[in-house]
Amino acid sequence: MNSASQAAISALILGPLILAVLAFVYPRQWRWLCLTTFPLLSSAVLMLAWQVFSSGPFRISMGGWTKPLGIELRVDGLAVFLLIITTGIGLGVMLYAMRYFERDSKPGNVDQIQRQAYFWPLCFFLLASLNALFLSADIFNLYVTLELTGFSAVALIALAGKGPALTAALRYLFVSLSGSLCYLLGVALTYGMYATVDTSLLSSEVEPNFVMWTALILMTGGLVAKAALFPIHFWLPSAHANAPSPVSALLSALVVKGSFYILLRLWFEAFDALVTPAAAYLLGWLGVAAIFWGSYKALIQPRLKLLVAYSTVAQLGYLFLVFPLALTESSGFVAWSGCLLFLGAHACAKTAMFLTAGNILHAAGHDRIRDLDGITHVLPVSVFSFALSGISLVGLPPSSGFVAKWLLLNASLTQGKWAWAAVIILGSLLAAAYIMRVLTHAFTRVAEPELTNPIPPVMEWTGFTLALLAIALGFFSQWSVELLRFGAPFTGAAFSVSVSP
Amino acid sequence: MSVEGLLIIGILLSSFLPGVIIFFLREENHLGRSFLNLLGAGIKLILVAVLLWEVYRFPDQVDAIRWSILPGIDLALGADATSILFVTLSSVLWLLTTIYAIGYLEGAPHRSRFFGFFSLCVTATVGIALSANLLTFLVFYELLTVSTYPLVVHRGTAEAMAGGKMYLTYTLIGGAVLLLGVAWLYSLAGSVEFAERGVLDSLVASHSWELKVIFWMLIAAFGVKTALVPLHGWLPRAMVAPAPVSALLHAVAVVKAGAFGIVRIVYDVYGIQTAADLELLHPLAIIASITIVYGSIRALFQDELKKRLAYSTVSQVSYIVLGTAMLGPLATTGGLVHLVHQGILKITLFFGAGNYAETLNIHRVSAMNGIGRRLPLTTIAFSISALGMIGLPPMAGYVSKSYLQAGAIQAGEGWVLWVLGASSLLNAAYFLPILFRAWFLKPPVEWPEERSFGRWETHWMLLVPPLATSVLVLYAGLFAESPFSPLAWVKLIAARESGE
Repeated sequence: MNSASQAAISALILGPLILAVLAFVYPRQWRWLCLTTFPLLSSAVLMLAWQVFSSGPFRISMGGWTKPLGIELRVDGLAVFLLIITTGIGLGVMLYAMRYFERDSKPGNVDQIQRQAYFWPLCFFLLASLNALFLSADIFNLYVTLELTGFSAVALIALAGKGPALTAALRYLFVSLSGSLCYLLGVALTYGMYATVDTSLLSSEVEPNFVMWTALILMTGGLVAKAALFPIHFWLPSAHANAPSPVSALLSALVVKGSFYILLRLWFEAFDALVTPAAAYLLGWLGVAAIFWGSYKALIQPRLKLLVAYSTVAQLGYLFLVFPLALTESSGFVAWSGCLLFLGAHACAKTAMFLTAGNILHAAGHDRIRDLDGITHVLPVSVFSFALSGISLVGLPPSSGFVAKWLLLNASLTQGKWAWAAVIILGSLLAAAYIMRVLTHAFTRVAEPELTNPIPPVMEWTGFTLALLAIALGFFSQWSVELLRFGAPFTGAAFSVSVSP
Repeated sequence: MSVEGLLIIGILLSSFLPGVIIFFLREENHLGRSFLNLLGAGIKLILVAVLLWEVYRFPDQVDAIRWSILPGIDLALGADATSILFVTLSSVLWLLTTIYAIGYLEGAPHRSRFFGFFSLCVTATVGIALSANLLTFLVFYELLTVSTYPLVVHRGTAEAMAGGKMYLTYTLIGGAVLLLGVAWLYSLAGSVEFAERGVLDSLVASHSWELKVIFWMLIAAFGVKTALVPLHGWLPRAMVAPAPVSALLHAVAVVKAGAFGIVRIVYDVYGIQTAADLELLHPLAIIASITIVYGSIRALFQDELKKRLAYSTVSQVSYIVLGTAMLGPLATTGGLVHLVHQGILKITLFFGAGNYAETLNIHRVSAMNGIGRRLPLTTIAFSISALGMIGLPPMAGYVSKSYLQAGAIQAGEGWVLWVLGASSLLNAAYFLPILFRAWFLKPPVEWPEERSFGRWETHWMLLVPPLATSVLVLYAGLFAESPFSPLAWVKLIAARESGE
C-alpha cells in the first residue's frame, strides 16, 4: 500500500536475491553478507506484520500495473505468518551453517571450501524464492516461485557431494519437475478457461465443470507429490537424511511447506467452488496413512537422520487433516488455525531436531541409533535440545505442538468426528515411541563414551534455542491466532472454541 | 497483580530457577548446588506459609494469575484450601528430601543433572497443586511426567532404562487419554475452572452419557499415576530409581499428583453430588477397594524391601480415592487427610530403606535381622511409620482410617468396613515381621558392606529427614484435633466442599 510496505516487500524478495548474486561473485565475503540478512529480513517481516495488524490485509501491484495484466502481491495473516516462520528458521539455520561449513574448511580441504562457496548463494536464493512464493497472489506466479524453490533445494541437497546424496537429489529433481509440470498444466487449463490467474478473481468465477476438475486434480497431484504426502513420499527420507544437516533442516521445515501453502490457497480460495467433501476426506485419509506409515518407518530406522526424516513424513500428514476438518462450516477456523500452528510448531521443532542430529552425527562420526549409548554425557546440550523438540513433536503441553493439536482435537470433537481425534492422539503416542527410542540409548550409561570431534558451541546452542522456541511459542499462540484471522477464508470467522450447551 | 499472585509466582520460581541454574553448574560445585537447593526450598516454605495464611483469611479468593494462550482458553493459577493442603505437603517434604538427597548422592556422578530435574519435578508438583483450571492441571501433570523420567533412569543401567521405559509408556498413554478427555470436556463445557461443588451441573440433563464417559477417561488417566489396579504395573518397576526419588515419587510427586487429580475431578469439576447423581461414585469405590486389598496381598510376598513398600503404596494411595468416592463430609475428610498422612508415613519408610541400603547395603527383608541395633534411630523412625500405616493409635494413619470408617457408615457403604479391616490385617502381616526381625532377631556377625560415618549411625543428612518426618507422623496423630493439624485444615475443606 504505502512506501513502507513496498520497501519491506522488496527487502524480502529482492534483498536475498541481490545477496545471492553477491555471495556468488564474492564467495569470501559470505560472513558479511550473512550478517546483512539478519537485520534486513527481520525488520522487513516485522514491518509487514505490523501493517497487517494495524490496517488489515492488503495487495500491492508490482510496477503499478493492476490485475489482470500486472503482477499482484498479497499480504494477509497467512502470508505474514509463513514469512515470520521462514525468516526465523532461515536465520537460525544460517547461524548454524556459519560454523557448520567452516568447521573443517582447512586450507587443504577443497571440497569443504567449495561447498561453503555454493551454500550461501543457494541459501539466499532459496529464501528469496520462498518469500516470493508466500507473497504471490496468482497461480502462475506461484508456479514460478515454486519452481525456483525446487531448483535451489535440489542443488542444496547435492552439496553433500556423496553418492547417496546425489542419487537422492536426482530423484527429488525428477519428482519436483513432474510435480511442477502437472501444476503448470493445471494453470494453463485454468487460464484458457477464464483468462486470469489471480486467486481472488478465480474464486468468484470458477464453476464446477470437467475442465476445472481436471485442472484442480492436476495441480493438487503435483503439489501433493512435492509436499511428500503418502504415498508419494518415497523421495523425501533419502533426500532429507542425506543432505548436509542445515539443508535437511531448511527442506523439512520450509520447502515442503511451500507446496502445502499453495494447496491451501487453491482449495480454500481459488477453487473453493469445486471442492467436495469426498475430495477433502481423501486428502485427510492420505494424511492419516502418512501419520501411521511415517511413524512406523521412523520406529524401525537404524539411523538417526533417517528417523527424523520419516518423522517429517508423519508430521506432514497432520497438516492434511485441515481439509476434512476445516472445509466444514461450523468450526472451520479452529481447524485452520490449528493446522497452521502445527505447521509453525513442526518447522521449529524439526529444524532443532535436524540441527541436533547433525551435531550428534558430526560428534560421534556416525548416527547409528544403536551405537549412541551414553551420547548424553558428551553432548548434554544437544541431547537436551533433541528431547525438547521431541516434546513439541509429541505435543506435550505447554509446547506449541500441544496447542496446535489441542485446536485440531477441539475441531474434530465439536464436529463429532471421533476417528480424527483418535488419529491425532495415536500419532502423538507413536511420535513419543520413536523419540524414546533415541533417548533410551542416549541416556544409557557406558563406561567411556566416545567423542571423535568437538562441536562448536554455536552449533549446539542454535539447536537449543530453536527447541526452546518450539516450547515457548505455545504460550503466545493467541498472537498467532490473531494474526491468522486477518484474511482467513472463513465467512464470519468468529472463533468459537466451544459450543455452549 | 494481587499478593496471592505474587506468592504463587514466587512459589513456582523458587524451585524452577534454582533447577535451571543447577543444570549449568559444574559437577564439582557441590557447595553452590546444595546452597541453591536449600535456599529455594527454604524460600518456598516461607512463601507457602504466607499463602496458607492468606487462604485461611480470605476463603473466597478467585484465581490470581491468568494467561490466555488461545481465545477463550486460559492458563490459570490460584490457591484454594485444597491447593494449600497439597502445596504445603510438597514443600515441607521437598525440603527434607533435598537434604536427604544431598547426603545420599554424595560422590555419585551427574548430580547437576539430577538436582536440576529434581527441582523441575517439584515445580511441576506445586504447579499441579496451584492449578486453577483443568488445562493448567494438564500442563503441569505432563511436565511432571517428563521431568521425573530422567530421575527414574538416573542410574543408566539396563534395569533402570527398562523401568523408565515402562514408566513412560504407562504415563504417556495415560497422558494421551487425559488429553482426549480434557479436550472433550472443553468442547462440551468451554473452559473448565475448578470450583467448590463442581461446575458441570448445567450439562447433566443434556449430556449425561458424555459426562459419564469423560469421567471414566479422566479417572483412567489419573489412575495410571495413582497406580489403581490394573494400571499399577509401572510403580514397582520404577523402584530402580535412587532412594530419594522413590521417596518423592511415592509420597509427594507422582502418585499423589494422580490422587490429587481424582480429588479435583470428583470435587471441583463434577462436584461430589453431581458425581453421585450420575452414579459414578460407587464403581470408583469398588475399584479403590480392589486396589487396596490387591496391593496389600502383593506386598506380603515381596522380599525386596523397596518392592514391598511399593506395593504398600499401591494399596495406601487408594485410601484417598476410597474416601473421595464416598458421599459425605466424614469420608471426604478421611480421604483428603490421608493425602498428607500417607505422604509423611511413606516418605519416612523410604528414607529408612535408603539408609539401610546406603549404610549396610541391605536391600532385602530377609537380611534385616537385628538391623535395629546397628541403626537404632533410623529403625525407630521406620517402626513408628510402619505402625502408623497399620493404623495403630496414636499415629497419623489411625486418624485417616477412623474417619474413613465413620465416613463409610455415614455414606451407607457398610461393606467398606470389611475392606478397611482386611487391609489393616494385611498391613500388619507385612510390616510386623520386618519390625520383629529388625528389633528381636540377632544381627549377623558382620554386615555385608558396612560404611562408617563417625559419631552417628549414618550420615547426618540421611538421619535428620526420617527423624523429622516421624515426628510429623506422631504430631499429626497426637494433635489431630488441635487447630494446627492436617486434620483441622481438611475439615475446613470438607465443610466448604459439602457447602455447609
